[in-house]
This record gives sequence, C-alpha cells and structure tokens, in this order.
Amino acid sequence: MDNAEERLTTHLALARELVGHLENGDEENARLVIQQLRFPYERELFEELGKLTRELHEALKSFRGDSRLVEITQDEIPDAKERLNYVVTMTEQATHRTLNAVDEGLPIAESLHRRAAALTENWARFRRRELSLDEFRDFAHDLDAFFDATGQETERLRSLMSEIMMAQDFQDLTGQIIGRVLRLVHDLEESLVGLIRLSSGRMAPSEPPGEVATPAVSRDEHERGPTGPAVPNTHDALADVVSGQDDVDALLSSLGF
Amino acid sequence: MKILIVDDFSTMRRIIKNLLRDLGFNNTMEADDGSTALPMLKGGGFDFLITDWNMPNMEGIELLRQVRADPDIKTLPVLMVTAEAKREQIVEAAQAGVNGYIVKPFTAETLKEKIDKIFERIAG
Repeated sequence: MDNAEERLTTHLALARELVGHLENGDEENARLVIQQLRFPYERELFEELGKLTRELHEALKSFRGDSRLVEITQDEIPDAKERLNYVVTMTEQATHRTLNAVDEGLPIAESLHRRAAALTENWARFRRRELSLDEFRDFAHDLDAFFDATGQETERLRSLMSEIMMAQDFQDLTGQIIGRVLRLVHDLEESLVGLIRLSSGRMAPSEPPGEVATPAVSRDEHERGPTGPAVPNTHDALADVVSGQDDVDALLSSLGF
Repeated sequence: MKILIVDDFSTMRRIIKNLLRDLGFNNTMEADDGSTALPMLKGGGFDFLITDWNMPNMEGIELLRQVRADPDIKTLPVLMVTAEAKREQIVEAAQAGVNGYIVKPFTAETLKEKIDKIFERIAG
C-alpha cells in the first residue's frame, strides 16, 4: 500500500468519524477530528514557511557578502566620477588649445591673402607698364617685405597646424580613461543583475541564488594589466607613477639606457 | 626606412604618422594591435616599430616579447609610446628589451629626440 492510498484511507475513516460525531451533535469530538484532518497540511505550510525564511536569510547574507558591490559603491563610483571630471577638463583644454591656434592662424592667413591680392594687382599694372618710377620703387619695396614676411608667417602657420594636430591626442587619452569607466559600469551591471536574480530567486528556481551572485572581476584584477593614463585624485595617485618624460628618462638611464 | 605604427586609437596613429612625415619618414604602415602587427612584422621589411602598450587582443609589451623571441626580427628597434606611467611598467619594458619609452602626452621634439637616440646607439 503506497502513501497516497494510505492517506486516502485515513482521510475516509476520519471523514466517516466526523459525520458520525456531527450526526450525534458531538461538537467537541467533531472539532478534534477536523484538527486531525488539517494537521498534515499545516505541517506542509510550516515547512514551506521555514524554507522561505532560510532562503531569505541566505539571500540577505550573500547580499551583504557581495563585497564587489560594496567596493564599487563606496570606492569606485567616486573614483569614476573623478575620472570623468578629468575627461571633461582634458577635452576642454584640447578644444581651447585648438581654438587658440585657429585664432592666431586665421588672421595670418587673411593678412597673407590680402597682401598677395594687392601685390598681384600692382604686378598686373607693372606688366601693362602702367607704374610710374616712384610707384615701381614702392612696389619693389612691398615685394621685398612680402617675401620676408611670407617665410616667417607660413612657418608660424605650419607650427600652429602642428599644435592643432598634437591637441588631438586627447582622443586617445580620454578614450582610455572612458574605457576604464565603462568596464566599471559593466561590473556594476553584473553585480546588480546578480542582486536582482537573488531577490527574485523564487521566481526563477532553476538558478539557485547562491550561484547566480558570482561577483564580477575585482578591481585588483583590473589593475594588474595596463590601466591607461594616470588620473589625479583617483586610486592612480596611490600607484608609483612617473610625472612625465623627464622621470621616464631618469629611470631608464638609471637602468643603463 | 619603413616604420610600423601600432596603436588601437586611429587618431593617435595619424598623429604619429604625421610627426614621422615631418621628420622625413614617409614610409609608414599602421596596425591596430599586437596580433595584427606581428604577422606584418614577420612578413619582413620593417626597420622600426613604434607601439602603444594598452591595446586589445595583444598588448604592446607582449608584441615586444614576441619580436624579441623571433630570430628573424629580434633586432628590430622598438619604441614604446604609451600612457602607461607606472615605474614597474617602464622597468618591465626595459627588461623585455625596449629601445625607447615615451609617455603620453608627448611632444614632437620628444619623438624626434628618442628616434635619433635609438639610431645613434645602433650606429655606435
């Protein structure tokens, strides 16, 4: 006889007993039978409640234990904000550097253009033999001055162009810094997804809460490889970084370079 | 003089290419990380390598090690141009056999100076 059949027989016997008591008006005994009938279901309910409580306890424990999320919140988000601020500063500086060069270069180009146009006009008059001797003397003088200035001013323009080009290095440097913040956002996303799964563990029983909340890669693991430009007022300040090319040269020469 | 420029940022590759052209080096090629650079270098014909450190797939330091480990290209001069500024990294690069190390941001003068210095050493 299996359990279900046994339970059925017991229930049937109790039900008959209950009907008997009720027909006899024996309320006291009827109540006892009803309690007996209810008992196995109540036990199941308590067991289920116990299981829920345990799971809740475990979930809270692993939430508190997800040190990665704590690390991200307390430590790395302020750090990332500092990095993004630095990116804003760097892009602002690069833009000013570019615009300053343009501000200086445009008038030079305009002046060269204007003077060349004036000389061209006089040159045409000279070819048509329309210039007087005095006018020709002035023209020759202007030409000399123009040739002198052209050499210097085109060289200045070249160096301003070069300045504009070098200012564009911000894209590489800020790109690396933003890339690092993006990795943090990714870690944060993973931790939060883990947390959401943890809290809805009962709705997705196929994935037990303990296993879902695998912490993302820790910061130490990220720091082992290359980290991009050192950003002031962040964890980078703790690392032993050089302050510029002179420092690099000094270090290398101490190594025999 | 054929030079390979390796950096994952195309903007930085363009800047270095322009600077090299100003210095009279017109024969340059580009690669966006170590794993694309290495087969190009093994293919031969390069006289100089300028590489970044922080790149996907294969980092510059690994590229440097692979170059030094290959009998055909192990003497290739390598100049590292990178934002990596930790002392231990500079020492690591030196130990791996780098010929020069420039930290970003850098100037046109620094690039010229380091390239000149590398060639002086090779000649001397």
